[in-house]
Amino acid sequence: MIRPKIKHLIQFISFFFLLTVFPIPKVNADSVPDQNYSCLKCHGHHTYKYQNSDLGIEIKEAMCTKRVIDTLAFIQSNHGKFKCTDCHDPEYNTFPHPGNLRMELMYVCTDCHGGDPEYAKFHFEDIEAAFYESMHYQRAPDAFTCWSCHNPHSYKTHARFGADISKTVLYDNNICLSCHAHVSKYELLTERDSINILKTHSWLPNQELHFRNVRCIECHTQPNDSLLISHVVMPRANAVRNCTSCHSKDSRLMASLYKYQSLESRKERGFLNAVILNNSYVIGANRNQYLNKLSLILFGLLLLGIAIHTLFRIFKH
Amino acid sequence: MTTEKLYLYPLWVRLWHWLNAIFFLTLLVTGISMQYSSPNSSFLISFEKSVQLHNICGILISINYLLFIIGNIFTTNGKFYKIQLKGLFNRLTKQIQFYLFGMFQHQNPPFPVSEKSKFNPLQKVSYVAAMYIGFPIIIISGWAMLFPELVPAVVLNTSGLLFTALFHVIFGFILSVFLIIHLYVCTFASPIVSNFKSMITGWHY
Ligand code: HEC
Ligand code: HEC
Ligand code: HEC
Ligand code: HEC
Ligand code: HEC
Ligand code: HEC
Ligand code: HEC
Ligand code: HEM
Repeated sequence: MIRPKIKHLIQFISFFFLLTVFPIPKVNADSVPDQNYSCLKCHGHHTYKYQNSDLGIEIKEAMCTKRVIDTLAFIQSNHGKFKCTDCHDPEYNTFPHPGNLRMELMYVCTDCHGGDPEYAKFHFEDIEAAFYESMHYQRAPDAFTCWSCHNPHSYKTHARFGADISKTVLYDNNICLSCHAHVSKYELLTERDSINILKTHSWLPNQELHFRNVRCIECHTQPNDSLLISHVVMPRANAVRNCTSCHSKDSRLMASLYKYQSLESRKERGFLNAVILNNSYVIGANRNQYLNKLSLILFGLLLLGIAIHTLFRIFKH
Repeated sequence: MTTEKLYLYPLWVRLWHWLNAIFFLTLLVTGISMQYSSPNSSFLISFEKSVQLHNICGILISINYLLFIIGNIFTTNGKFYKIQLKGLFNRLTKQIQFYLFGMFQHQNPPFPVSEKSKFNPLQKVSYVAAMYIGFPIIIISGWAMLFPELVPAVVLNTSGLLFTALFHVIFGFILSVFLIIHLYVCTFASPIVSNFKSMITGWHY
């Protein structure tokens, strides 16, 4: 009786093992809007095939990485239910794509979201105004757009809905790093030499820890009362360098990274800025008020005891 | 009281001790500066400097602590830190009674300093507690914060660093209390500064 059981167990385990070695694709074409398959059969892969009608043969070629779209990320993105041709000209259905499509005018966010009461809480108009103030826009007004940061095929809201701060930090920082760690995107916008982030932040101790726990925008934007995400990226001279702007009881993190959480919950367990504690411990910003008081009292009693003892020593001498 | 001279503090103990004192005080001041940092505090050390100094002194005091451990393993100084549990409670109460009452009535200390026992029971217990319990804990938690990637990120839905940091701060406080009592008790000799002199020259009078 035992043997067949073991056999089953082994089969079962090896099945799982196979699953991990040859993962079954989680996305099949069905979950993408049908129309998109016609685009993603080429743009979803690093190679594509087309029929050369002159020669009558099928040709296989490489798709340049910049034209490859991560299907999974697209489906999960804010605009994942869209047809490609909701944003792109339907003429793209022909291949080779007609040359005039190069000049295609892309929508901007406010074309769809502007003045829509459903999206009022996002304050698109205020964000747009803030973006025009940002140093990125000022330095490359023609090239820098909302899409430069909000990848049209993968942008997904994190800060507002993501309970997990570390994921938000990772996501938001990757936005900046998509240029500041990748020359190919960066050099499209400037003649300036690429900036080595690790070097320019060498003054920041525990750099890796900081970059995992705070966002670039914490230091490079000014928190804005009405916006969850401040969009005015400032020139380097205005960046925050003062440690105590985060490492103190008036930590600016409460007005930026932890803004959403801090509106939801207040003091817990006597800690200052308690919401930070679910993810981080920030020296100077997370003090326990009970422990603070207790330590002051104990310290006072100690000094009092010593004072009294000293008095006795003096008078009983 | 004895009038003979005793050589109680060999050179390495004195060296260890004064280095330890310097590092500890720096750690204390910079630690407080970080814990109570604020954008406009001028009387404390700046946060950035504090972090640097605290890291450096933390590493140095750990190395110095190894000197203490090794010294006490390989020299006879270690025997002063051996606690005889039997009758300890009685000896402790005797010493406490002396500090609270006896010394005001000009009684002789119940456990005078001798070559055999450098410390009275209360000194012995507090030195052992500080050096063999407090120090390891504060050093380990300190190093954990120097390499925060080694600390589990989240424990019980709370930052793992929080527990490390709380431990570190609480033991920092306890050791500071030890330091103040230590300093005060060292003034019980007559003349008041003679214990401090001993720790410089090595000779106890
Ligand atoms: C047979 C494969 C194939 C199919 C199907 C295909 N494309 Fe393309 N697409 C390409 C290749 C190859 C390029 C790069 C060469 C070029 O720009 O023509 C490209 C380029 C593009 C570009 C960038 C053009 C530019 O000016 O930079 C867009 C946008 C695009 N495709 C959208 C679409 C959309 C939308 C669909 C579906 C309606 C689609 N494509 C279907 C192969 C394909
Ligand atoms: C929400 C609107 C939107 C949707 C939906 C959308 N795109 Fe795009 N796409 C854009 C914009 C905007 C750009 C230009 C990006 C830029 O200028 O940086 C773009 C650029 C491209 C490019 C050029 C490469 C690049 O990244 O610049 C390709 C290829 C492309 N899209 C294919 C597709 C395909 C295939 C789909 C469907 C799976 C799709 N797009 C869906 C808005 C969209
Ligand atoms: C072509 C019109 C169009 C454009 C351009 C567009 N959006 Fe959207 N956006 C929509 C629609 C429609 C939805 C709702 C999608 C759904 O519910 O599946 C949406 C959803 C969103 C959401 C999610 C809202 C929610 O309640 O979860 C955000 C955030 C968002 N868009 C931001 C942007 C940003 C930022 C841009 C520019 C970079 C942009 N959108 C460009 C039409 C557009
Ligand atoms: C320099 C990069 C950058 C640029 C340029 C940029 N954004 Fe953003 N934006 C971000 C980041 C980072 C977030 C945070 C994403 C998250 O975690 O949800 C964000 C979030 C948003 C959100 C969600 C805010 C919320 O309350 O949840 C909206 C809406 C938005 N951006 C609109 C825009 C519009 C419109 C433009 C152009 C006028 C724009 N962004 C340009 C970086 C940028
Ligand atoms: C703790 C605050 C802080 C964080 C977090 C931070 N920065 Fe900075 N950053 C600064 C300061 C301060 C400067 C100015 C340094 C100087 O002038 O020497 C700077 C400079 C820069 C510069 C300009 C460097 C130059 O040489 O012109 C870039 C680009 C930059 N940061 C990008 C980023 C990116 C991307 C991230 C996120 C991965 C980030 N920063 C995170 C504070 C920060
Ligand atoms: C689309 C590419 C791109 C993205 C995304 C991007 N940057 Fe930049 N950034 C640039 C370029 C290009 C420059 C150089 C501008 C110049 O001086 O010509 C720059 C410069 C900077 C500077 C230096 C400013 C100065 O005074 O010299 C800072 C700081 C900066 N970026 C921060 C950020 C932050 C923070 C983010 C994320 C919210 C971000 N960047 C996202 C392309 C990008
Ligand atoms: C943008 C806000 C911000 C600024 C500015 C900032 N920090 Fe931090 N720092 C943090 C956060 C958040 C953490 C907590 C990381 C964690 O949870 O592990 C941290 C952690 C640290 C730690 C790690 C402590 C440990 O657990 O090992 C040190 C040391 C530190 N910061 C020093 C500094 C110094 C020095 C400066 C100024 C040069 C500075 N920080 C500026 C946000 C900031
Ligand atoms: C400015 C600070 C300090 C001063 C002035 C000081 C002073 C003294 C003096 C005078 C003695 C000799 C008296 C005795 O043996 O009890 C002594 C011994 C001792 N002190 Fe301190 N001390 C200081 C800081 C510290 C600190 C921070 C610690 C540890 C946390 C410490 C631990 C010890 C120990 C363990 C001994 C016994 C050493 C031995 O003989 O083996 N001291 N100290």
